[in-house]
Amino acid sequence: MTRRAALSALAVPVLSRAGLGAVLLALAVLAGVTIGEVALPLGLVGDLLAVKLLGIERALDPIDAGILWSYRLPRTLVAAACGAGLALSGVVLQALVRNALADPYLLGVSAGAGAGAVAVTLLGLGGGAIGLSAGAFGGAASAFLIVALLAKAAGGGPAQLVLAGIAGSQLFNALTSFFIAKSANAEQARGLMFWLLGNLSGVRWPDVSLALPVVGLGFLVCLAHVRPLDAFSFGSGAAASLGIAVRRVQLVLIAAVTLMTATLVSLVGSIGFVGLVIPHAMRFLVGPRHARLIPASALAGAVFLIAADIASRVLIAGQVVPIGVVTALVGAPGFALILIRNRRRP
Amino acid sequence: MRIEARNLGWREIVRGVSVEIRPGETFGLVGPNGSGKSTLLKLLAGLMPRAAGEVWLDGAPLSQLSRRQIAQRLALVEQFADTGEALSVRDAVDLGRTPWLSPLSPFGPADTQIVDRALAAVGMEEMAARAWATLSGGERQRVHIARALAQEPRVLILDEPTNHLDIHHQLALLGLVAALPVTVVMALHDLNQAMMCDRLGVMSEGRMVACGKPAEVLTPDNLARIFRVRAQPMIDPSDGSTLFRFLPMETSA
Repeated sequence: MTRRAALSALAVPVLSRAGLGAVLLALAVLAGVTIGEVALPLGLVGDLLAVKLLGIERALDPIDAGILWSYRLPRTLVAAACGAGLALSGVVLQALVRNALADPYLLGVSAGAGAGAVAVTLLGLGGGAIGLSAGAFGGAASAFLIVALLAKAAGGGPAQLVLAGIAGSQLFNALTSFFIAKSANAEQARGLMFWLLGNLSGVRWPDVSLALPVVGLGFLVCLAHVRPLDAFSFGSGAAASLGIAVRRVQLVLIAAVTLMTATLVSLVGSIGFVGLVIPHAMRFLVGPRHARLIPASALAGAVFLIAADIASRVLIAGQVVPIGVVTALVGAPGFALILIRNRRRP
Repeated sequence: MRIEARNLGWREIVRGVSVEIRPGETFGLVGPNGSGKSTLLKLLAGLMPRAAGEVWLDGAPLSQLSRRQIAQRLALVEQFADTGEALSVRDAVDLGRTPWLSPLSPFGPADTQIVDRALAAVGMEEMAARAWATLSGGERQRVHIARALAQEPRVLILDEPTNHLDIHHQLALLGLVAALPVTVVMALHDLNQAMMCDRLGVMSEGRMVACGKPAEVLTPDNLARIFRVRAQPMIDPSDGSTLFRFLPMETSA
């Protein structure tokens, strides 16, 4: 069989899987926009899409249509982007540092992003979503650098990395609290603390136009590196002997992870456990090869966070539970399972 | 493929090593623990920054080749490479195709055949579906060698490849490696096994202190000086080959 024939033989299952993924994602988004304190009929979604996208005249309830278009849809899309981005970040970090417990939350990257974003907000170092993201990126990158250097100085073992992550998280969380105590008034402080726990309530369309491109770009970068990620299975030395330009690949992928995490944290705060639990569940379902793991994790992360967002809205009537609380309630037991499953690894 | 190293150095571990390894040759590196064998192998494979010197593969300097170009020519089997991923044996050997794949030439049937042949060469074809975590040390070593073979290298570099193997698999592996139509450079611990190499380089304190045919370099004098053992050469009457019996220096009165 020629390369071309092999390609087309591969293309059919790849396309059908991509189609299945798109259907699952669409169903999740549909659930995300219709379920909530005000249940919206499915027909409204079709009508609204006809009006907004095709310009067809339809009579719509202006309040229902407003909730759906201005609140639920952007919120659900950002939840999807956020879940996908965090799950991808987890997959990539786990492969690069060869540690089952690596994820942006545990390694302190999220805490760094939060501290950076809070610093920008309170110290007035530049406003707007872009300024906030830039601050978060700076914080996330410094946190990653500090944690990586500390883990290396401590001997570079898997336990050292996790402990360094704890130290980094604590440091940056303390910095965040310090900035808030020093500069925020009571109302700001309450808002910031709520945001830091992970909160999609304030999400509007401009947030979508930042989150979707960043996560889309991150997804493409990860997809382009599925073979190098596989090659890291036996360590960076083995990857180098398989022809991987280790430094360049590490730099590009860590930049992508940092960018995604920073952008998402600056938009919705710090949401834990998605990057840890989703990749592990997907390894269990589709295996450890990144050609399948990357798309599966992105999809599962998106669907999971949409579901978590729905739960955060309906769990307590009349009140929104921070989404970070929901993911932790699901994720902490998942984390425990991973710890137990990994107990016999040398 | 010819490998030529001139004046290679890295810190105090490897000092001024120059060596030329001929196409198709099986070249063994011997020396006591800490004599710089593993580091020299990594320098030859271009996997460590060279503090001094240069390595040429068929006249092309390593410093002018990309990692991918090097990996298409040369494969390395390190000691103790392990993974926590739930890879199967076939997954691990598939990795050997990495330097030949690109988005425009993805893994195809030709690659599957190469992986099949590599698995068969180390006798692991029956175990292709087994999970990495369930393999014994010897089986893992054979999978690593299959991965290196799947790279279709013209130079194979092995760091103590017989380390985890039982005696049957040690001999099978050395036979396999010697029969490969590629240049082989390997560090070996067992001096009797080293006798089957075409040539040997003897490392001591970072320097290559002797290089030549096994019978020329593994002399009782050299073994006493470098390995600090008294070596008693013995002739196997069945084929006239030389074996060593090693005795501690103290009893050499």
